[in-house]
Order: sequence, then C-alpha cells, then structure tokens
Amino acid sequence: MKTAIIDLTYLLSAVLFIFGLKRTQSPKTARTGNVLASLGMLVAVVATLFLKSILSWPMIIAGVVIGGGIGVMLARTVEMTAMPELVAVFNGFGGLASALVSGTELSQHIAGTATSTFGLITSVTIALSILIGTVTFSGSIVANGKLSGWITGNPISFPGLRVLTVALLVTAAGAIGVMISVSGTFPTLSATMIQAASVLGGTALLLGILLVLPIGGADMPVVVSLLNSYSGLAAATTGFVISNTALIVSGTLVGAAGMILTVIMCDAMNRSLANVMLGGFGGGGDDGPSADLDIPEGKTVNETSPDDTAILSSYADKVIIVPGYGLAVAQAQHEVREMADQLEAQGVEVKYAIHPVAGRMPGHMNVLLAEANVSYEKLYELEDINSEFKTADLAIVIGANDVVNPSAREDEGSPIYGMPILNVDEAESVVVIKRSLSPGYSGVPNNLFYGDNTKMLFSDAKEAVASITESIKKMVEA
Amino acid sequence: MLNNLIIFVLSAFVGTEILTKVPQTLHTPLMSGANAISGITIVGALVATGMTVDPWSQWIGFLALVVATINVVGGFLVTDRMLEMFGEDNAENEAPADADAPQRTNGAPA
Repeated sequence: MKTAIIDLTYLLSAVLFIFGLKRTQSPKTARTGNVLASLGMLVAVVATLFLKSILSWPMIIAGVVIGGGIGVMLARTVEMTAMPELVAVFNGFGGLASALVSGTELSQHIAGTATSTFGLITSVTIALSILIGTVTFSGSIVANGKLSGWITGNPISFPGLRVLTVALLVTAAGAIGVMISVSGTFPTLSATMIQAASVLGGTALLLGILLVLPIGGADMPVVVSLLNSYSGLAAATTGFVISNTALIVSGTLVGAAGMILTVIMCDAMNRSLANVMLGGFGGGGDDGPSADLDIPEGKTVNETSPDDTAILSSYADKVIIVPGYGLAVAQAQHEVREMADQLEAQGVEVKYAIHPVAGRMPGHMNVLLAEANVSYEKLYELEDINSEFKTADLAIVIGANDVVNPSAREDEGSPIYGMPILNVDEAESVVVIKRSLSPGYSGVPNNLFYGDNTKMLFSDAKEAVASITESIKKMVEA
Repeated sequence: MLNNLIIFVLSAFVGTEILTKVPQTLHTPLMSGANAISGITIVGALVATGMTVDPWSQWIGFLALVVATINVVGGFLVTDRMLEMFGEDNAENEAPADADAPQRTNGAPA
C-alpha cells in the first residue's frame, strides 16, 4: 500500500515536470512552468521522506541545509554573463549525484544491507550510471574552467591524446566486463567488484577531462548542451538501478532537452557532433587586442567613427542590431540597450537579430538582453529576421563575425560553407564594431569587412556603443 | 526491467515532442530548468542517506544528497531569476517610450 502511494506520488511529480517543461514554450508562461516543476520536485522529496522509513534524520537535514545553502548562494550571486559556467557546474553536480547514488546501491549490497537482489541487470545499470555520471562531472568541471577562464579557451591537445582516450575507453569497457562477470557470484567476490567499480570511476573521471580539453572555447555551447543531456541520462540510468520511475521519466526528459539543444547548436554551425567532439577546431581567430589590421591586397576598408555611426543610425528608419559572442564577452548589453532607447526616441525602428550560437550557451544572448530590459518581442530568430535585412537602412554588427560571414552563403570552398548566417550584407549599410579585421573563431576571413556598403568601427564593443549613444544624445540636444 | 525500458522510451518521445517547440529565447532557462529537474536523483540520495545502516553507504549517500540539493535548489532559483526578466511586466515597462514621440530630452537641459 505504502509503495503504491509512493509510486503514485512519483507519477504526480513526473506529470508536474512535463507540464512545467511544456510551459517553457512561451515566455509568458515559462515562469509558472518553473514553479510547477519545482513543486513536482518538492512532492517527490516530501513523499520520499514521509513514506519511506527514514532512520537518520540529522544527516538528511544537514545534507539539505548545506546543499540548499550553497545552491541559494550560487543562484543569487551569479552574473547573467556567467550563466554558462554555473549551468556547467550544476550539470556536473547532477551527474556526480547520480553516480554516487549508484555507488551506494553497490556498497549496500557489499555490506549486505540491501533489500533488493543483485543480478546481471543491476550490475550493468550501476556500471553505466557510474560511467555517465562521472564523465558528466569531470567534463563539466573542465567546461566550467574553459568558460570562466581558469583553463585556456584554446583547444588543448598533446601527442597521444587520442590514443590515451581510446585506451581509457577500453579500460572502462574492461571494468564493466569484470563487474558483469562477477555479478552472478556477488557479493562473494565483493573485493573484485569494488576494484572494478573504482577503476571504472577513476577512468570515467579522466575520460570526462580528456573529452572536453581538446574542444575550443567557442564550441562550449555544444559541450554544455551535451553534458546537460548526459546529466539527464545519468539520472535515468540511476532510475534503472534503484528501479524508480520518477528518475527514469525526469532523467529522460532532461536527456531529450539536452540532445535537442545539442543538435540545434551543431546545425547552427553546420558541423556534426563528431566534428565538434573531436575538437581542435578554432582558437586561432580570437578577436584579441593584438589586432591585425593588415588589409588583403586589392581590398579596401571603409573606416567610420562613433559620430558618423550616430548620424547614420539617427536618420535611419529601421536599424537591426546583430549582437554576437564579443558583446557577451565585453558585457556591453546595457550600453546596447541605451543606444537602442536613444534611437527609438528618434522614431527609429530597432530590432535585434539573434543567431543561435550568438552567446556562450544556447539562448544566452537573449538572457543578457533581457537582463538589460530589452523586451523579448524585439529579439528575432535567424529565420524570422533574415528577410528583413533587405528593408533595413542599417545593420549594426557588434562582436559577431562568423555568423555574418557571406562566405557561408557564397563560397562553396569555404570551411563554413552551408552554415546558416544572418544576411546583414543585404542591408543598405552595415557598421561592424570590432577591434580588428581578424577572422572569427572558424579562422575564415570575413569578406563582409571589405564590402562596399560596410563601414568598420575599430573599437572595443562597450566603448564604441557608449560613444555612439553619447553622440546621438548630443545631436538631439543640439 | 521491461517496464522501466518502456517508460524510458515513451518519456524520450514526450520530451522530444514538448521541447522542440521551445523558442530560442528560452533555451538558457530551459537548460537550467531541465538541469534542476535532473536533480531528481535527490530522491535516491535521500533513500541512500536515510535508510542505510552501514557507514560507507551513508556517507556516499550524504555526499550525493549535498550535490543533488545544490543542483535542485540552485537550478530552480536561477531559472526563476532569469524568467523573471522575461516576465510580462517587464515587457510592458519596456514598451518603447512611444516610438512616435519625436524627441525625448534625457536628463538635464542642455
């Protein structure tokens, strides 16, 4: 009877999760959706606490207080620009928790205190849960390092990296094999089981690190999405281990969410997941201060100033702002919003064109602009805005490069050919705010910079936008 | 086991069906919210910490409980913080201060 009630409560929380996620389909309902999902979690926790025979309350209370305190602190203090780092850490914690729960299942069997019987399937699911959970954990920590800068954003590689990765995969497979082979006689051969599980855990820890290290910083949106998917899968496999429906349903939902985002990110770069994961892509073209201003032969660059850009934009009827990765790095979202306010006060129509990989994680640019109080109704996705560039008087590109590179559309030989881009070159004029002419993350030179209707404003994004705003203000007051 | 597998496959379909319709604007909150949901492992951690008698299992369970709670509490809170910025009120306040108004002198007179 008690078991039935628990199962029904878990079903209820799974339903709440599904309704909660469904409400994420619109910005208007998303917030209540999140409340529904957290309610689902509360229901599951309360049911577990009151319907199972809990023995050690002090430990439970201590764990929830410590974890809850850290969680509240992290969630309250994080800067919106640092969101990818935080989500990476949370992914990692989710994976670690799943692996540890499977670990306790194993140790209970070893101690002889487990209530369930141990069989082949238990062995397989425990092994998978430890593997996926631990890879998620260490991979997420490395992803966090690359995003927050304590590990270089450039792809890290060394001779034998691939060989080592394969060797680790083989070791992990071997350890799982041993765990399966002793599962029949378990817990008699518990020493072998402990050794195999420890080897698996250690190998998985290294694997997670090696899988993320070779991937460049600008590919982290894909990595974070994928790790998000893994953290869900880890929870789902743990659900198989402890035979818990709530874990299987919610874990799988999260696995699907992460996988969808991974695919969207890869499509937006026109690269396969395998290509991203093998790493070594990019890292050369970072728009650093060590700018190269060499103009290729036969090409001319039209340079402009903040004052001229202010005039150009004030007399426009329609301006489309194209924010990119560089804007997120420079944290210039508030300045951009001020500029847009000034323009709108002049009667200029301002829209934002957001490429799917514009930020540092899926949808990140939208969050940054929302933080700066830009209404989501002015943010347009690639397929909705691309036809509008033709009717725009001015496109202002801020810190974006590859996502506006016409080679992706025109040059079949280009490495980025086929990647969906924002057609800014179709606007009557284009102002590109950028520190140099250096190529973007892909390393492919951008012909947009030499276009007849393109003007380059060589500057830091934040400073440039702030001075444009100042100039517009002066013009209005004059 | 078979039942679990059925649940797994069906959930994957439900998830894909619902989540492909989420707009790009909400992808970050979707990810952090989904991430909080994957903290459902907390249920397993509670059982492992609270119901086991051998110290090893208990301590591993305790560690799992701490990290799972960080994931759940932090994940839902930070998602709420983001979605608050996308809220309707925000959009209304933000409605461009009358786009037709020819001028808006900002601050002090020149």
